[in-house]
Order: sequence, then C-alpha cells, then structure tokens
Amino acid sequence: MNTLKEAKTLIQENIRDYGMYIALFVIILTFTIMTDGLFMSSRNISNLIDSAGYIAVLAVAMTLVIVIRHIDLSVGYAAGFMGAIAAILMTQAGMPVYITIPIILILGIVIGLFSGFLVASIGIPAFVATLAAMLIFRGALLQVTEKTGTIIIQNDTFNAIGNGYIPSLLQFNGLHLLTLIVGLVGIGFYIYSEISNRRNKMKYQFDVVSTGIFVLKLVFISAIIAYITWILAGYNGFSWTIIIMLLVVVIYHFISTKTVLGRHIYAVGSNPEAAHLTGINVKKITYIVFGSMGMMSALSGILFTARLQSATTTAGTLFELDAIAAAYVGGVSAAGGVGKVTGAVIGAIVMASLTNGMNLLGVGISYQYMIRGGVLALAVIFDVLTRMKR
Amino acid sequence: MSEYILEMNQISKEFTGVKALSNVNFKVEKGEIHCLIGENGAGKSTLMKVLSGVYPYGTYEGDIVFEGIIQKFNKITDSVETGIAIIYQELALFPDLSVYENIFAGNEVKRGGVIDWNQTIVQAKEMLKKVNLDVNPEMLVKDLGVGKRQLIEIAKALSKDVKLLILDEPTAALNEDDSENLLKLLGDLKKQGITCIMISHKLKEVISIADKATILRDGETICTLEGSRGEIKENIIIKNMVGREIDDIYPKRENKTIGGKILELHNWSAYDPQLSRNVIKDVSFHVNQGEIVGISGLMGSGRTELALSIFGNAKGYKLQGDLVWDGKSIVFKHPSEAIEAGIAYVTEDRKGDGLFLGQDIKNNISAANLKSISQNGVINQNEEIKIADGYKNSLSVKAPSLEQIVGNLSGGNQQKVSLGKWLFVGPKLLILDEPTRGIDVGAKFEIYTVMNKLISEGMSIVMISSELGEVLGMSDRIYVMAQGEIKGELSAEEATQENIMQLATQ
Ligand SMILES: Nc1ncnc2c1ncn2[C@@H]1O[C@H](COP(=O)(O)OP(=O)(O)OP(=O)(O)O)[C@@H](O)[C@H]1O
Ligand SMILES: [Mg+2]
Repeated sequence: MNTLKEAKTLIQENIRDYGMYIALFVIILTFTIMTDGLFMSSRNISNLIDSAGYIAVLAVAMTLVIVIRHIDLSVGYAAGFMGAIAAILMTQAGMPVYITIPIILILGIVIGLFSGFLVASIGIPAFVATLAAMLIFRGALLQVTEKTGTIIIQNDTFNAIGNGYIPSLLQFNGLHLLTLIVGLVGIGFYIYSEISNRRNKMKYQFDVVSTGIFVLKLVFISAIIAYITWILAGYNGFSWTIIIMLLVVVIYHFISTKTVLGRHIYAVGSNPEAAHLTGINVKKITYIVFGSMGMMSALSGILFTARLQSATTTAGTLFELDAIAAAYVGGVSAAGGVGKVTGAVIGAIVMASLTNGMNLLGVGISYQYMIRGGVLALAVIFDVLTRMKR
Repeated sequence: MSEYILEMNQISKEFTGVKALSNVNFKVEKGEIHCLIGENGAGKSTLMKVLSGVYPYGTYEGDIVFEGIIQKFNKITDSVETGIAIIYQELALFPDLSVYENIFAGNEVKRGGVIDWNQTIVQAKEMLKKVNLDVNPEMLVKDLGVGKRQLIEIAKALSKDVKLLILDEPTAALNEDDSENLLKLLGDLKKQGITCIMISHKLKEVISIADKATILRDGETICTLEGSRGEIKENIIIKNMVGREIDDIYPKRENKTIGGKILELHNWSAYDPQLSRNVIKDVSFHVNQGEIVGISGLMGSGRTELALSIFGNAKGYKLQGDLVWDGKSIVFKHPSEAIEAGIAYVTEDRKGDGLFLGQDIKNNISAANLKSISQNGVINQNEEIKIADGYKNSLSVKAPSLEQIVGNLSGGNQQKVSLGKWLFVGPKLLILDEPTRGIDVGAKFEIYTVMNKLISEGMSIVMISSELGEVLGMSDRIYVMAQGEIKGELSAEEATQENIMQLATQ
C-alpha cells in the first residue's frame, strides 16, 4: 500500500521524465496491437533502432547546443556533405576506411568550431549563423555530387557501419550469443551503478526511494533491457549502429553528469553572466559544444551514408529538424540549462517509432508529417505545463 | 472601531517538501501602514503571493477576505481588478521601454482598441506627480536609477486605482535618500486613504513608518505589534523575530592584526565601451591583509564597476593604471585569473549574475571551484556533497536538502548560498557587494560573524554597501565614492553618518 502511494508521488514529481517513457510505451503498444505484433518483431525493432541511430547522435549533441541557449540548423546538410566527402575519399581517392573516418570526424569538428567562432567570437545569433551554414552545405553537397550524381560505395567495412551486425561467436539455440553477453553485461553494469549510487546517497543521508520501489525499478529496467536484447538476438543481434549509438550516449551522459566540463556547460546555459563571473570561459564552452555538434554531424553523415551504401544529392535533408524535435521531445528547454542527453535518445526513438509504425500501417506521407508535428507540439505543451505546476 | 480591509484567515501553503505557511492569520485595517516582518524564509513573500493570486485559489488553504468578501483569485489580474497591487522584491519593469509605456503596460489607455499615446503621456505625467518624481516620461527606464524605478513601479500601481498596495522589500536596493523619499511617499498615500503592506528587513524604517507590524516565523504568525501601544521597538521586534535577543548586531572583533598591503590600485581608470564613458576615474586605493575595507557611496557611484574592474575585468572595460596584487603588478584578463590569484567577488545582483537559479544548492556552491574536487576533469561527487553540506550548515541555509533548487529559496538563503560558493574558493580577498541586502537581522548577524572569523583567519574583505550602519559598524577603513571617483578615505574612528554622506554627495 505504502509502496503504491510512494510510486504515485514519485510519478507526480517526475512526471516530465516518466511522461516520455509512458508516451513511448503507449506508442509501442498501439502499433504492436494495430500491426498484429509485426511492430515488435525482431526484424522490425532492429530496423527501427538503426533508423533512429543517425538522428539520435545528432539529437544528443543538439541537446547540449540547446542547453547553452543556441541552435544549429546546419547539421543536416553538413551531415549529407560530409557523407559525400567520405564517399569521394573512398571511391575516387581510394582512401582506406580507417583513415577516411577519422578525417571526416575531424572535418566535422572543424566545421563545428567555425560555427562556434561565428557565434561566440563574432557574436552572430546562432540561428542566423547556422542558417547561412546550412545553405552553404546544401550547395556544397550539390556541388560535389553534381558530376556523378549518387555515389555508390562498395566498401564492405564501411557499409557494415550502417548495415552490419556484431559477430555472433556462436549460435545458441538460434540466438545471437555475443548480443546476449553484451545485454547481460549491460544489465549487470546498470544494477551495479544504481546500487552504488544509492549507497552513496544513503551515506550522506540524502532522500532515497524506499527499498521496495528501488527493487521494482531495477527489475523493471533490467527486464526491458533483457527483452530488447532477446528480441534483437533472435534476428541478427546488435547492429554496429546500435553499438555506436550506445557508445555516444554513454560518453555524452558521462560528460554531462560527471565532469567539470559538463557542469560548466549547464552553468553557461543556466545563467551566462553568472557563469562568466564564476570564472567559466563561456566562449570556450560555446566552441566545445559546437565542435561536438560538428563531430556528431560527421558521425551522422557516416552512419547514414553507410546505411544507404551511397552518397546522394539529398542526403541529410531535414535531419536538423528531426534532431531538434527529438531533443525537445526528450525534454530540453529553450530557456537554457535544462535537458538530458538520455532524454534526447528516447526522443529520437519516439520519433523513429512513429515513422516506422506509420509506415507499417501504410499511413500516407502527408499524414505522417502532420502526426509527427502534432506529437512534437504535444510534448512541448506537456513540458511547459508540468514545469509551470512546480 | 475601524474595519479590516483585509483578513487572511488560517492560510496554509505547502511546496513539495516545504511547509511555507501554516495557519497564518493576518489582518489589516483600512488606511494603515502595516509592516510584515520575519526572518529569511519565514514566508512573507509567499503570503503576499497567495494574496495577489500568484498562487491561485485552490493551491492554498484558508480564506482571503477583502472588503468583507471572500476572494478567490485565479490569477494576478483578478487581484489587480479588485484593487490589490503588489510590487515584487525583484522589479518588473521593461528596461528598454519608456517611463510612460511602463506605467501603463498591461493597462493601456485605449480609444476604440487603439492606444492613445498622447493621452497616455498626459496621464503618466499626472501619476509621476503623485509619486513626486520629476522625470521626463519619455525617458527609457534603463537610464534611471533604482530609486526612481521603484517610484515608477508605485506610479504604475496607482494608475490602476489601487486600494491596497503591497511592497516587498521596496528599499532593499535603495540608498538612504531614496529610501527616505519612498517612505515619505507612503505617508502621503496613507493620507489619501491607500492601505499599505510593506515587507522590510530594515527595522529602522519599520519603526519610523509602521502603524502595526505582524511578525512571521517559520511560516507561523507570532504576533501583531501595535504602534499605538508603543510596541514597535527594535528589541521587541528582534526578540519576536529571532526568538532570542541580540545585543549588538555588529559583533566586535578581538585581536586585530592588520598586515601589509594585499591589493593596491594606482591611478586606476576604466572606460566602458558600451556606455562610452569612464565609469572609474583615477582611483587609488589599497587593502591591507586582515582588514575590512568599506566602500560607501550612492547607487551608481561606480562601486560595483570598481569591483568588476578588479575582478578580472569582467565587463571588458578599457583599463588604465596599475593593479598591484600581493606586491606584484598584474593584469587580470578574465575572472578565472582573478579567482586563481585568490580574489572572490560576491555580486550585488544575486539573481541576475550571481546564482544558477535553476540548479540546486550543491551545484551552486561547488560551481566556482570544481577543479579542487575533480580528477582528470571527473567530479568526485561524494566530496562535493560533503563540502556543500558543510557550507549549508555553517551558514545555516534553510532548505530541506542540498538538492533544493536555488530559485525556490528565500532571498536571504540565496545570499548565503552565494557566499558559500565564494568561501569554497578559499580566497585571500573577498569582495562583498551589498552582502546583506534583503537579509534579516539574525542572518545579518551571522554573516557579520562569519566575516569577522574570516578576517581573523587572515583574509581581507572589501565590503561595498549602501547601508551606512553596516559600513560604520564593520569597517576598519572606509572609502567614499561618487561619480566613479574616490572622494575621501576615513578611518573607523573618524567616520560618521554625516561626513560619509557629505563626501558621497559632493
Ligand atoms: N516555489 C517554491 N518551491 C519550494 N519552496 C519554496 C518556493 N517558494 C518559496 N519556498 C520556500 O518557502 C519558504 C518561505 O519563502 P518566502 O520567499 O516566502 O520567504 P520570505 O519570508 O519572503 O524570505 P526573505 O526575507 O528571505 O525574502 C522558504 O523556506 C522557501 O524556501
Ligand atoms: Mg521574500
């Protein structure tokens, strides 16, 4: 009884965070029922997460850009452009993959730093600076793909980034062994970190949830990870895209919650003047955040190009808006200083689920746009309302 | 028998985890000036927000009876229409709009749905006359001092036919002259039959102006003192507020040991490119190790600018002259360099540029010195909690936990968090800009005691303050500033209220 009551207040107090998970759950359930379970099939889930990957990495970095009260509209075509450059380097210059990828990532950082320079040092509003950059990259993409049109990539290693799966080591009852192992390690790590976190908080007499709720939460989250792992293991296992996406999330999550850099980023977003007077170099933080955005655009370009196994003239179209939408669905606030990178990933998965589910149901593209727009608006309305209440 | 214009009966208000008000009773008679006093976090602002509809009907318990009718305000405009106007602790004017636009913002003078600007200006002039303010209504608000802005807020309230005027710490940011002006105006308004509730931490003002004073402590009504019965006296107020007696609010320091010069400025000037004028002119001064140097002066006399120019030239002035720190001539290019050298600056505007309001107490306290509790850029969060908790306790910050969002703390507790943040840096020189603005007597005493302790540990303090009592009571030496210049230096012995004011208004 008590546990139930506690759970209720807990949900009420954290309605914004939980609301997103509940929404995701409702979306999944609806589509699963409407498609007679096709939505939850191994193959579809694998496909869905892969198609969320190149937006998720953008959304994660975009969250930090929005946290420091800026925006980056150039990331979509920047991703398309850098994907095309990667294709050209490999097909026309014959460069090997492991050189191409670092070069593209570095190119991304340089591009991001340039936006950072315009915003932080020259003082151009980010909206305008990155709008200009967006137009430039759009042109640049057309320019480099003009002669050849679509550039087909035949490099298997590169294409595996977007289409391949981690090796299985052994088939185990038709299940993908390494995937199961990775999943188990993930659960173990999750439980360990939660327990040590709780222990710490108790040591300092911080409020913690009751043991009942805590165990319930552990079991629940572990079950979800286990279930997803199970589903994926039934098809081809974890794809490289999933692994890359998870890595990016873990790294960004770590930086944003555990490091000085992360604290400084949120401080700058929360109150730039106070941050300056606290001795934080606001300019430097702006450069770093835009640099990271550029690098994630490059990664997004690589993932997308690899997925299509080719660079096209329209690659990257509207990625920036999908990423911004994912970040907002994930709970970032335009007022600055608020927003979690984990939220952005969930946001990206929510948006990808919508697209995927509606595709399965054969919903026309025109309706798809409207529904996605509606969901974005709803998420932000919900956000504003729950914030006002507090 | 006069009637009550306002009765607040059994008001309770709870925030998640905090009981801000419990069964508060508060009655105000028509035409009186009623002061609401109490320690930081006692619930004064919250009570007034309940009254004005910021917290709508249904989010609190109890009844509000105004002019004999139970009121159920759902939003602020409801209370405004009833004749209640509130002027908040933080002024709510539009700095880039003109005086007349501000006075009628939200209450525009319209003819057929179109704003009649000429009529607006005419009426604005009338309102300005009512508050004895002689400014051109077409001036921009940002070009006016705080004292005048406060009067404009009142003019704005008057334009809405106010019956009950509520002022939340109106004089906190005002100098003595402006404060006196404002209090006189409240007296005039009283004669016109306007009832007034004033929240203030300045007991002298309360004593001089209040007909009655209600004291809150920890969200409960302690008592209502009546001037007509001779109850509004400093010792009675303090005793009821704090729950104990404080003999001397400026604690004495034993064994002073004043060392050599830690900071010197020689012919120091600062040119502000945004205002395109010199904000600091040819200032020479010094601070010795182990002393409290008071800097007095009127608003806008350049005291904050002086602090900012020393503190890593935070506003990007063009500087001239020499800064000698610890015997070495040095140029700080960024606040981080000043912090590194051992200077800390607690800003006067804690909400504007002091605190991260959306973040919790822990993050705010650690913000300026994360380096000391991190390894390879990774924060040791246990250490962080331990340290933040230490400052929360030693400064007695009233909050349910370290995870409390700083924006939800009362003004005084925010100030303590600000102070904690800078003490954690372990500075050699602490610059305090209006350190006790909006702070209750008990907490003031605590802060003064902390200051004395820091000094005895060898720190030096520069205290910028508009409150003459505190400058006189705490400083070893006093500089008086006006128009960006230092007009004089006084030792603690020779300084008096009179000679400071004389220098300040030169
Ligand atoms: N929105 C909020 N959420 C949580 N707690 C709050 C909120 N607003 C106020 N409080 C708490 O309620 C209590 C009363 O605060 P209030 O601002 O009314 O104090 P106050 O008497 O005006 O103090 P001060 O003199 O410092 O301005 C404090 O403990 C404060 O932390
Ligand atoms: Mg208050």
